[in-house]
Amino acid sequence: MSSPRATPVLAVALAAVSAASLFIGVLDVDPAGLLSGDPEHLWVFGASRIPRLLAVLCSGAGMAIAGLIMQQLCMNKFVAPSTGATISSAQLGVLASLIWLPGAGLWGRALLSFAAATLGTWSFIWLIRRISLKDPVMVPLVGIMFGGIVSGITTYIAYTTNLTQALSTWLSGHFSLVVRGNYELVWLAVPLIGLAFAFAGHFNIVGMGRSFAENLGVNYDTVLFAGLAIASLITAAVVCVVGSVPYVGLVIPNLVTMFKGDRLEGTLADTALSGALFVLICDIVSRLVIFPYELPVDLTVGIIGSIAFITMLLRRLRPGRRGPASPERADRKAARP
Amino acid sequence: MRASNLSKHYGTTPVVGSVDIELPRGRVISLIGPNGAGKSTVMGMLSRLIWPDGGEVTLEGRPLRSWNSTELSKRIAILTQQNNLDMKLTVRELVSFGRFPYSRTRLTREDHAIVERAIDYMELGPLAERFIDELSGGERQRAHIAMAIAQDTDYILLDEPTNNLDIYHATALMRTVRRLADELGRTVVVVLHEINYAAFYSDYVYALKDGAVAAKGTVEEVMRRDVLSKIYGVDFEIIRVKDRPLSLYY
Repeated sequence: MSSPRATPVLAVALAAVSAASLFIGVLDVDPAGLLSGDPEHLWVFGASRIPRLLAVLCSGAGMAIAGLIMQQLCMNKFVAPSTGATISSAQLGVLASLIWLPGAGLWGRALLSFAAATLGTWSFIWLIRRISLKDPVMVPLVGIMFGGIVSGITTYIAYTTNLTQALSTWLSGHFSLVVRGNYELVWLAVPLIGLAFAFAGHFNIVGMGRSFAENLGVNYDTVLFAGLAIASLITAAVVCVVGSVPYVGLVIPNLVTMFKGDRLEGTLADTALSGALFVLICDIVSRLVIFPYELPVDLTVGIIGSIAFITMLLRRLRPGRRGPASPERADRKAARP
Repeated sequence: MRASNLSKHYGTTPVVGSVDIELPRGRVISLIGPNGAGKSTVMGMLSRLIWPDGGEVTLEGRPLRSWNSTELSKRIAILTQQNNLDMKLTVRELVSFGRFPYSRTRLTREDHAIVERAIDYMELGPLAERFIDELSGGERQRAHIAMAIAQDTDYILLDEPTNNLDIYHATALMRTVRRLADELGRTVVVVLHEINYAAFYSDYVYALKDGAVAAKGTVEEVMRRDVLSKIYGVDFEIIRVKDRPLSLYY
């Protein structure tokens, strides 16, 4: 199944859907108008349509890569920004900035949410390493609980400080507010994805386990925590600009590695392209179902993503199929009368 | 490479105390002993995965601590049982990681040639494009050894490599260990549970008990009825097969 042609096909599909997405919206903008240099068309295009498209692409690619890095480093296919407490920690960081740095705007939000996302993810990984869970499915369950606690704290503080209304923007995900001047932070995903490419080999080696990494002269802890920091920074950048975009980091890397294997150098590009394509399609669906109104993108992503996730879960956990089978699992099966 | 006066304790419990080991070049050295004797801990200290609390390991006359980790990974390869087995990597990709200390992931033409030679040496050619999680235990072990060969180190340390292998594959693996020393000139240190493999395939044997060296020397010196009975607390008979001592226990 692993064909080298997948990458160009994805790239062409993404380019085509991207071009189409530029002409979907309440105001009529068409290629003819653009070519004739109609100033109103050009303005809508430059101030709203192109920023929106770029935000969608950066978020989709970024969240998919963040998920891929986390899955690889944690040796667990079910760990992602949404199941690893990264998104909820980033939201807590946004709330902290609303309280402490109310005038600082986008960059203040970014700073605190970067810090919170990284710390939250590190604590989660530290926690699961301390309690060393036997069953791979337990790890994301603990992550979801951990994330739930963080979200609970966020909600509580937001209520007591009367910021629930203000915070709601970052709790759901939507691209409708993206316009020139308020979304550029999400571009940070691009250099961070570049970093992921540069250290793909290191991430792969750390994903094989501590002794494997030390054997090859790779410092396990440094790479683990630096890699998680990269994933957290991408997530935080996306949360600050568009809010929560769940499932992409969970579903897309799993789909891609199912076909292309786990060697990151072979999967990074496809994962980024697929993530961007997935979120773009979800965004277009969100814009069209109740046109001229639109749905928050996390709703569409959630519906399509959760169906894909459950299908994937059933495939992986079906007995006799290759999945995260562990010796413990085999023992338990044998022990059952 | 030698270790002198190694000791390690976890909390207040001493696990290993004053162990001296010498690893002559190009030989196979086995570490044997009952469960909990500290074999794997000693192996960990030899391979820098565990730092000793006392004593030191020296390589080429320099203590391991003073070596840079990349330089060490060009000299000592360690294979443990704790690798992630779910990873979908092909055999060739796994073996290529052996070149990581030299070229990171940008393999040169020479690196590729070394990888192919290692694959051929372990007779993995037909499996080179298969994912390691689809292989049998014996095949996967061979793939890991091919990686150690590609890593091109003077020392190869194998921690219980025959675990989970049936008699056929375990024997094949031990023959490979012998060839690594005889044909490729590597120094191989191997932790073994099955003492007859140690007797048949190694040059020197270190028998550990309660964190200390209970017996050491050539195979003939260690494979003796009184020595083994004392270490394992079971009655032993020593017979000779192909001019080598083999032990029977019951």
